[in-house]
Amino acid sequence: MAVATATPLVALAGNPNAGKSALFNRLTGGRARVANYPGLTVEREEGRVTLPVGGEIRLLDVPGTYSLAARSEDERIALLAVAGLPPLEVPDAVIVVVDGTQLARHLYLALQIIELDLPVVVAVNFADDLAKEGMELHSVELERHLGVPVIAISALSGQGMDELKRLVERVLAEPDSARPGPRWVAQDPTLLGWIDEVGRCVPEAWHRNNERRRRALALWAVLSLEPDDELHDVPADLRLAALSAHAAARAANRTLDEEIVRGRYDWIDQRADRFLRQRGQPRVSRSDQADRWLLHPALGFLLFAGLMVVVFQSLFTWADPMIGAIEVSFAWIGARVQELLPAGFLTDLLVEGVIAGVGGVLVFLPQILLLFFFIGLMEDTGYMARVAFIMDRLMRSVGLHGRAFVPMLSAYACAVPAVLSTRTMERQRDRFLTMMVLPLMTCSARLPVYGLLIAAFAAPNSEGSLTQGLLLVGMYVFGTVVALLAAAVLGRTVLKGKRVPLLLQMPPYRRPHLATVWRRMVLRAGIFVKQAGTVILLCSIGMWALLTFPKAERSPELTSAMAQVEAQLAAAPTPELEQQLVDLESSAAGEHLRNSYAGRFGRLLEPVIEPLGFDWKIGVGLVGAFAAREVFVSTMAVVYNVEAEADEENATLRERIREASWPDGRRVFTPLVCLSLMVFFALACQCMSTLAAVKRETNSWRWPAFLFVYNGALAWIASFAVFQGGRLLGFE
Amino acid sequence: MTYLGDILTGATCRLVDLGGEAGFRRRLLELGLVPGTSLRVVRRVPVGGLLELEVRRCRLTLRTSEAALVQVEPT
Repeated sequence: MAVATATPLVALAGNPNAGKSALFNRLTGGRARVANYPGLTVEREEGRVTLPVGGEIRLLDVPGTYSLAARSEDERIALLAVAGLPPLEVPDAVIVVVDGTQLARHLYLALQIIELDLPVVVAVNFADDLAKEGMELHSVELERHLGVPVIAISALSGQGMDELKRLVERVLAEPDSARPGPRWVAQDPTLLGWIDEVGRCVPEAWHRNNERRRRALALWAVLSLEPDDELHDVPADLRLAALSAHAAARAANRTLDEEIVRGRYDWIDQRADRFLRQRGQPRVSRSDQADRWLLHPALGFLLFAGLMVVVFQSLFTWADPMIGAIEVSFAWIGARVQELLPAGFLTDLLVEGVIAGVGGVLVFLPQILLLFFFIGLMEDTGYMARVAFIMDRLMRSVGLHGRAFVPMLSAYACAVPAVLSTRTMERQRDRFLTMMVLPLMTCSARLPVYGLLIAAFAAPNSEGSLTQGLLLVGMYVFGTVVALLAAAVLGRTVLKGKRVPLLLQMPPYRRPHLATVWRRMVLRAGIFVKQAGTVILLCSIGMWALLTFPKAERSPELTSAMAQVEAQLAAAPTPELEQQLVDLESSAAGEHLRNSYAGRFGRLLEPVIEPLGFDWKIGVGLVGAFAAREVFVSTMAVVYNVEAEADEENATLRERIREASWPDGRRVFTPLVCLSLMVFFALACQCMSTLAAVKRETNSWRWPAFLFVYNGALAWIASFAVFQGGRLLGFE
Repeated sequence: MTYLGDILTGATCRLVDLGGEAGFRRRLLELGLVPGTSLRVVRRVPVGGLLELEVRRCRLTLRTSEAALVQVEPT
């Protein structure tokens, strides 16, 4: 239940693109607490604002919506938060942000909120843009007709912020001055009768014995409830009452929802000319001029493609120096700590488990920040609304949302930031479907693995040949095609959703508010580190333990061989002896890994992966690769007694892999096995960080578990088909 | 009978009736597409099969396939 606290709660509501985030940012100074709404994947942001006289409020950012009516639980959050339905707290006042340049449509939401009988302040945003378009806002008229305080603001320039805070203060002191009652009331007695009939079924916990609120919620029910809506938490008798009201209206040859919506819009239309006056000739807006190019059938597509190339390039290449710097710093910190502390279990845990694990989390930040920088720019300028416009047909053909394109593209660099960026889609189903196919796109962590395997079966010294290049391109195409097919299948089965009409508001182009963009970048990065990061850290400590324990004694032969070489080295150091020692140490590390839990698990896996052509050593590599796909390369290096720092270009590693054989002397890494292994890597969700990010975004372990299992099954089946099919066709 | 999809780019018309299922009609209504409202078709994007409208000085887009459910009369 809502708990009364001394600090008043003020809800900030508005249409998408009304500039709500920028206003929230202005008012709170960018500090906010983020949590999920109970049981949902919608985020709840709350920040504190100091008022001019000295009081403080908690400002709640309500998800952007053009109406309180809802078809799904996600959409119902707007009503829950604004009206304060249980279990949420009733706000003490509501600020409704409207876009002055789209006033008529945005006032519709303001009317709905005023009907709830909560104290309301209306903030007309983009007041400066109105002036530029030769429009004049008459706040006094608007205030007189709405019956609530109105203030013209510009969240971008900060104009009107102090006045807005003063108005909130006034409204909190005298709530009745801003609760004028519904602006539109059904005049027709029959219509009123139907609505009040529904009102009788509104639970008391909702209407709290306020008759205006009861009627407002009855209207909400009439406009929201349907036999097949996706709302779960609505009393059955309320739904029944709403449906019978519709039936009664239909019997009288009337349409209930149309009459209600028309009533509100008629109220607005009759007054719109008083609120806004055109001075001089209306001219073609700059947005229209820009859209002539940006939405041009051919050119618009090219410009979009160009922008996407920049985004992709930044994730793929520009992030690299930052990623490298993070890796180097953490390696350095680890080395220093190792020097300072006595050798032993705790030092190993701290250095190889914790410090390396934290580095493994932070290494994602450059890409996350860059991706959210571009997304922030696209959203703030209004271009993101056009992306859905441009990509709709292509993405819809496989059941994805037009906006899924940006996450899908980013996943070529890394699935983790891509998973986080699905948040730009409003519907939960669209977000989840995108997340379930993102890991199938070929991310950059697969490149070292492909590099090693392609080199393994190609003839030596044929690097960079056409076949190798084509094979790599083929793997990209393969991953993409499977991802799109998976989307088409999942979208029709597991994540079956109703086809939703594409109805978008097209916001005018605007200058982005860089402080808001920056705040969102930091916010997303912070959430990732805190919530997904902890899971990733725990997993990496777990992986470290699997690869390190049990700490077995070195075999006697190895120990004596090493002692011998060390003694010789002490007597007369030669480069050959030093190399011998390095080789022996690598052998020791290999022996250790083969005996570790991960090594034993790899052996256990052998019967499962043998039909794919993999031996147990590859199994160990697959276990290690769960930390991150590229770890496969260093795990294979250790398994094959090559120094752990070896990368995919390392000649010794390549050679060892080419020479590796089964006990009966057959080669392990035949071209067919390499292909089968590459297919496995293309499809398996071998990445704990992706799974942790999906857990955080879906707020449940069910989805990451499903993702891991279905990708794993897909990988096994495809590799089986490649290997066994290839053998049947006589390949090797 | 004329449908929104038949209206030439740049031309205006008046909304007569909305077809389609209840949820779709409600969404259109709440975005201001109430019968009697005048509309202007601002542009079409043939590649995406989309239509941009101006209603009450506000912009809206919908798919051409869905615009075919909106009955209008030219003005």
